[in-house]
Amino acid sequence: MLRLFSFALFLATWWVAALLAGSAKLPAPSIVFATMITEARSGALFLHLGATLARVVLAFTLAMSVGSAIGYLMGRSRLANRVGDPWLILLLNLPALVVIVLAYIWAGLTEAAAIAAIAINKLPTAVVTLREGTRALDPALDEMAQVFAFPRWRTFRHVLLPQLAPYIAAAARSGLSLVWKIVLVAELLGRPNGIGFEIGIAFQLFDIPLLLAYSLSFAAVVLVIEAVLVQPFELRVSRWRLRAA
Amino acid sequence: MQLEVDITGKSFISAAGKPHQVLADIRFSLATGEVGVVVGPSGCGKSTMLRILAGLDPNYQGRVARPGRARLAMVFQEPRLLPWRSVEDNVRLAAPEADEARLTALFSLLELGAHREHYPGELSLGLARRVALARAFAIEPDFLILDEPLASLDDALAARLREEIAGLVGHRPMITLLVTHSLDDAVRLGDKLLLLSSRPARLLHTLPIAIPRAARDEQTIAAIKADITRLNLANSQGVSDAGGQRQ
Repeated sequence: MLRLFSFALFLATWWVAALLAGSAKLPAPSIVFATMITEARSGALFLHLGATLARVVLAFTLAMSVGSAIGYLMGRSRLANRVGDPWLILLLNLPALVVIVLAYIWAGLTEAAAIAAIAINKLPTAVVTLREGTRALDPALDEMAQVFAFPRWRTFRHVLLPQLAPYIAAAARSGLSLVWKIVLVAELLGRPNGIGFEIGIAFQLFDIPLLLAYSLSFAAVVLVIEAVLVQPFELRVSRWRLRAA
Repeated sequence: MQLEVDITGKSFISAAGKPHQVLADIRFSLATGEVGVVVGPSGCGKSTMLRILAGLDPNYQGRVARPGRARLAMVFQEPRLLPWRSVEDNVRLAAPEADEARLTALFSLLELGAHREHYPGELSLGLARRVALARAFAIEPDFLILDEPLASLDDALAARLREEIAGLVGHRPMITLLVTHSLDDAVRLGDKLLLLSSRPARLLHTLPIAIPRAARDEQTIAAIKADITRLNLANSQGVSDAGGQRQ
């Protein structure tokens, strides 16, 4: 209910702002929605949304799995941490644009280059978060698993993973928002489809309704994914905490 | 099956970088069906010794021969349950082979029947300790280590749990090693008392109790306790806790 009100407030503000600024700078919501419907009818909207989503899923999965593994290793092994730390600091502070441009120059304007560049941008935050999580693992529970001769998989599934879950959720959440932002830049610079590509076209044509239609559809998809996937996952992994006395 | 312990030394490197010795000279053996009780002053290194016997700490001097392929179970000083798994899952994860009938019997013996679905965070310390006991007994161990399982419980509950431990230990043949502060617990549960000195811990006396557990009446228990106190007086740095109070 409160969310609905918040959404209505957003539309009202937009409407008033559009009236004040004039439709050349900020078109009214109705014009943008009309553009959205036209784009959806032609199928272009779904094509570009689909392309962007596919890139997000691939880059996110790649960065999360590789980043978690590296982070776990760096949290467990002092040597791995010493070796990996300078790389990590370099990657953390490297601007996304540099990575994307270099990837396109070195690997060509290919899909692989785009996905790798997005993944590399997200990777270090996953590493840092998972490293912290691994350092916070409780050695007492490790010993318990050792004494009771838990097989490797059982230890991983029931002792390690539940302790790492809050860190994985945090890394996923911040990582997802990072990937959403970077994927559009990568598309703008070197892909023939996707929301970022369409926004680039709209920018060249100064087509503000088109620009808004695409960015708002994209924002809507992000909101839905957040509400349907990310939040229920977070709730699920912290279930035992809520019930705790 | 037999447990042979011959530890000649164990040191830690302190935060300041100096080594300090925790264990000096401990030699004893325990056979299947025997309950060994380790009694010693607080901080003398009992838990360190248990960690060595459980195979958690390989850095010591000496030799420990654990029975080959013995199933090990341990009740730690803290319950060490998985907070994200229910009471029942905590026990089942440690003992996947235990059948339903056995678990039900164990849960009812330890009065945990009503708490199977609860998470450890919802339990009191006394209940959590009982879950840790259930977990240890569920795997039907050949070698059971109990590290002060009754510490910080009130006397009535401790006495009841002690009876339950005695019953469970008598139920099947295994090597049992119990650590306690309380002489009372030691004399009521043990077949062989191992009296340790203060740090670095040496084995001062090994005191077998010939009378079967069930046949020990209050008089016998008092007599054995008096014996131990006398042994300790003869050895000034011995066990200080003769009254059986809990810490």
